Amino acid sequence: MSQRPDVVVTGLGATTPLGGDLASTWTAALAGESGVRLFDADWVERYGLPLNFAATIKVAPDQVLDRPQLRKMDPSAQYALIAAKEAWAHAGAPQMPGERLGAVVSSGIGGIWTTLDGWDTLREKGTRRVLPTTVPMLMPNSPVAYVSLELGAKAGAHALVSACASGAEAIGHAAQMIRSGQADVVVAGGTEATIHPMPIAAFAASRTLSLRNDDPTRASRPYDVDRDGFVIGEGAAAVVLESAEHAAARGATVYARLAGVGFSADGYHITSPDPSGDGQIRAMRIALADGDLSASDVAHVNAHATSTVVGDLIEARSIRTVLGDAADRVALSATKSSTGHLLGGAGALETVFTVLALHHRQAPPTINVENPDPELDLDLVRDTPRALPEGQIAAINNSFGFGGHNVALVLTSA
Amino acid sequence: MAHSEQEILAGLAEIVNEETGLPADSVQSDKSFTDDLDIDSLAMMTIVALAEEKFGVTIPDDEVKNLSTVGDAVAFIAGAQA
Repeated sequence: MSQRPDVVVTGLGATTPLGGDLASTWTAALAGESGVRLFDADWVERYGLPLNFAATIKVAPDQVLDRPQLRKMDPSAQYALIAAKEAWAHAGAPQMPGERLGAVVSSGIGGIWTTLDGWDTLREKGTRRVLPTTVPMLMPNSPVAYVSLELGAKAGAHALVSACASGAEAIGHAAQMIRSGQADVVVAGGTEATIHPMPIAAFAASRTLSLRNDDPTRASRPYDVDRDGFVIGEGAAAVVLESAEHAAARGATVYARLAGVGFSADGYHITSPDPSGDGQIRAMRIALADGDLSASDVAHVNAHATSTVVGDLIEARSIRTVLGDAADRVALSATKSSTGHLLGGAGALETVFTVLALHHRQAPPTINVENPDPELDLDLVRDTPRALPEGQIAAINNSFGFGGHNVALVLTSA
Repeated sequence: MAHSEQEILAGLAEIVNEETGLPADSVQSDKSFTDDLDIDSLAMMTIVALAEEKFGVTIPDDEVKNLSTVGDAVAFIAGAQA
């Protein structure tokens, strides 16, 4: 019987509200910086938006990509390509047949700037002004298609969509591609570029956004008793996953192992998480079992924790249920406090953070928590990084999305 | 106001440069869009749409296949705006 390949992480990349690359993003996260800024457009005056801030990308893609590339790609694809290229270079750009290299890059929303620009163009200038590049820019598989083109990834290029769980689902699926033998190496990640007045108005209409206009950098405050919603963010992150055998053969640096993947669905409500946490609990248990790990192996959790009133505590209770007493020894981080919520990019960025936490033995801080919610029964890492124990340790990254999608990824130290 | 052929060539060169990154001065009348400039059909249709807007003309789909060189496009646009 053939053994299932072990999956390891050999490369990381990111372009986020905290920095234009991996190193600057991680440094800013450890320093407890905020990526939240005021809009640079007069959207509040023009459209009456009830908020004036978001976690916008730190380094604009036009600083990185050339103009013909920019014109052919929605911002969501631009961010994804930047993050994927960095991850690929970070992995040492392995020489390998494209037929054994895969790509999985997801977005929660798709090319919404392109979609809305195209509609504006049609209404203002007529059908003939709508460019033929519109469809390949707005399609939700556009980011992964451009990554596949750039890297010559021909084993399969997939874009799994599950709202705010998309980035984590992409990475989980990528691991399964390696385990099933479809590929030896997969570049996987998530991206989002949704800081446009229409989706902001739409999220505001669902009463899920923070309206802390008088103090934007402190608006994203998961587990604080005065949290009032998430802060919309943008950007992308990517990992290079590789079979352990392939990585060893080429002498690659291994930053962590992706030991377990857990998928579940709530089947409960289109936007509200199941208050019982049943789906979240199952996802974490499946992921731990998949990695042949137990609660006592877990030293760190990077929570989904978006800073919504209801969602944060449901997840906290789910984590306590899964880990039991072992949760007392777990360092809990909610990095959306710094980065904002990258939607389809979030699960990928938080996987990158989880890998770095294991590699550097440092859990990144949760900022803006002035008064922890008294119902939070977990050990939250606040304001400054926390050292993680030596030896073999595991960490969980949770990601949940509108629609009731739950993804738990379990990573272990290399 | 009608554009001169020289203005049309310069305008097309600007569009091609923006879309493909080719230097504007490589876009000469005798160059073939496909063979010399390596412009694929998607890029060509984009250039056509942008040229229509820039020069205020309509370039019918049936006509596009006849525009094999930059000079063909300049001549068509010059005639179409008259």
